[in-house]
Amino acid sequence: MPQTITQKILAAHCGKKEVVPGEVIEANIDVLMMHDITSSSAIKLLKTEFKNKIAQSLKVVVVPDHYVPNKDIKSAILYQELFNFAKEHNLKYFYSIEGGNYGVCHVMLPEEGHILPGNVIVGGDSHTCTYGALGAFSTGIGTTEVGNVLATGKLWFRVPKTIKINVSGKMPKNVMAKDIFLKVVGDIGVDGALYQAMEWCGDTIENMSIDERFTLTNMAIEAGAKSGIIAPDKKTLDYISKRNPNAKFNIFKSDKDANYEKIININAGKLVPLVAKPDLPSNVVAAKDLKNIKINQAYIGGCTGGKWNDFVATAQVLKGKKIAPNVRLLIVPSTAKIQRKIVNEGLYNIFMDAGGIMSAPTCGACLGGYMGVLGPKEVAISSTNRNFKGRMGDLTAEVYLASPKTVAASAIKGYIEGSLNVR
Amino acid sequence: MSDKIIQGKVYVVGDDINTDAIIPAKYMNTMNPQFLGKHVFEGLDKNKYLIDFLNKDKTCNYKIIVAGKNFGCGSSREHAPIALHSAGIRAVVAYSFARIYFRNSINGGIILPLETEFDLSGKIQTGEELKILLSEFKIINLTTNETYFIKPFGPVEDIIEAGGLTNYNKKLSLNINKNEI
Ligand code: SF4
Repeated sequence: MPQTITQKILAAHCGKKEVVPGEVIEANIDVLMMHDITSSSAIKLLKTEFKNKIAQSLKVVVVPDHYVPNKDIKSAILYQELFNFAKEHNLKYFYSIEGGNYGVCHVMLPEEGHILPGNVIVGGDSHTCTYGALGAFSTGIGTTEVGNVLATGKLWFRVPKTIKINVSGKMPKNVMAKDIFLKVVGDIGVDGALYQAMEWCGDTIENMSIDERFTLTNMAIEAGAKSGIIAPDKKTLDYISKRNPNAKFNIFKSDKDANYEKIININAGKLVPLVAKPDLPSNVVAAKDLKNIKINQAYIGGCTGGKWNDFVATAQVLKGKKIAPNVRLLIVPSTAKIQRKIVNEGLYNIFMDAGGIMSAPTCGACLGGYMGVLGPKEVAISSTNRNFKGRMGDLTAEVYLASPKTVAASAIKGYIEGSLNVR
Repeated sequence: MSDKIIQGKVYVVGDDINTDAIIPAKYMNTMNPQFLGKHVFEGLDKNKYLIDFLNKDKTCNYKIIVAGKNFGCGSSREHAPIALHSAGIRAVVAYSFARIYFRNSINGGIILPLETEFDLSGKIQTGEELKILLSEFKIINLTTNETYFIKPFGPVEDIIEAGGLTNYNKKLSLNINKNEI
């Protein structure tokens, strides 16, 4: 029977020749990602229920990111628990802030070479689907599951159906991968891909940088999807060989006649900069149709919009410009390596000259944690992935989601702006 | 699970209730159930939901939630079912669930996610009394005398029966050990 890439990866991880959508399987997990705010009970669970023993087959990667450096006493306690857990178990892959090599989990794991094509990866965070951009099956899980995966190295899954999204054509200059995703979620809705895998293909995806591909798979969960995936190609292999030259892995691709629940075709050449209005990522309109939406804050960061490529795009727009008075422009690099590159390659000066500020890597205000929490009735435009009520601060604050280019252009104008004729 | 009955007052919400609405991110710096239970549904749109979920003293009159589609969308935080359970909720009846919320409910084993054939969020009113008969896949509305049906769990029923993934895995390892002896 012809299979999708997702079916093939899952079959290979439960010792079967093939699996069918709807079937419940128990898969061996290659990599488990843990971070600071969803691990506490999992650590306790491992101790009290499973003799504190981690499955030997499992690679555990720990990345404290949501509240680092600690924002208050409670988060400091969560961090201590995670720190002590990593030390107690002698975990090799613990990106603690103490070492200076740290950052947001979904950008750290690929950057450090932990994500390989054909792998099954789970993590205690809904945007764990990000890693699918490198041809892996990857999905977010809850804390009880993290504890159980730690102990058993396995987890049950219902094999998902797949929606294929075929993107073709050359993207206009002011359009980014973020706009492609917003177009899709705007069309299918926040539950449009519920329980399913979103598989991206087409010449636009082939020509796209790996960083941009991550934006597409990162946001799969915003359409309700279980995972996002892109078949590995030469770019994928180059990306991995630079970070993990000795890695061994299997490459899977969908069969030509594989069965898809739905096929969506997108003409990238026709796209315009889009914005998701409050309070759902699917509330999508063209940026140019939003008139006089004044902003207090422009946020470039998070696992969706804080990658190296996102800052290059931001710098293209901001170079030689000043942001509008009364606008806060927050630049939040996703990892320390990206932060260093921003400084070394001159982007830092562009951002500072424009009137922005840059923080250390953190999830920060993406989830209303700290470093840019919105006050009552404030309006933000953000390159992050969620704009639920209260997501970035007060319940009456409003968050508009857009690409880094649109966020930067809006910071210059002081109100939402997608045309980039500010250049 | 076979003969379980859940009876109590219902709180009704609409579509796409996200995890930030159930328990806002600002409380993510702890996993203490008692604390989380006192802040449940703080993120809910006050203009839309005129009856507060929690009483002024942070107690809760409800045992069941009825929702539209995609309940629990958004983050992976298990704080959501933990907070609902701690407030007193024993089952969420929805037209559909977001997948991580659904998994968290099944695997955590503390609160049941029950899917219905039809969207009941427009049919049932907050404050009505429901009786859920799990063995018959049936919900009786004691206030209106209407009956509704829930979908069977399918293969994950074993995990529910065991009381969650931890018990399920422990039982399995017991069986394996027995076989080895
Ligand atoms: S950056 Fe935002 S979306 Fe990404 S992991 Fe952190 S809080 Fe979640």
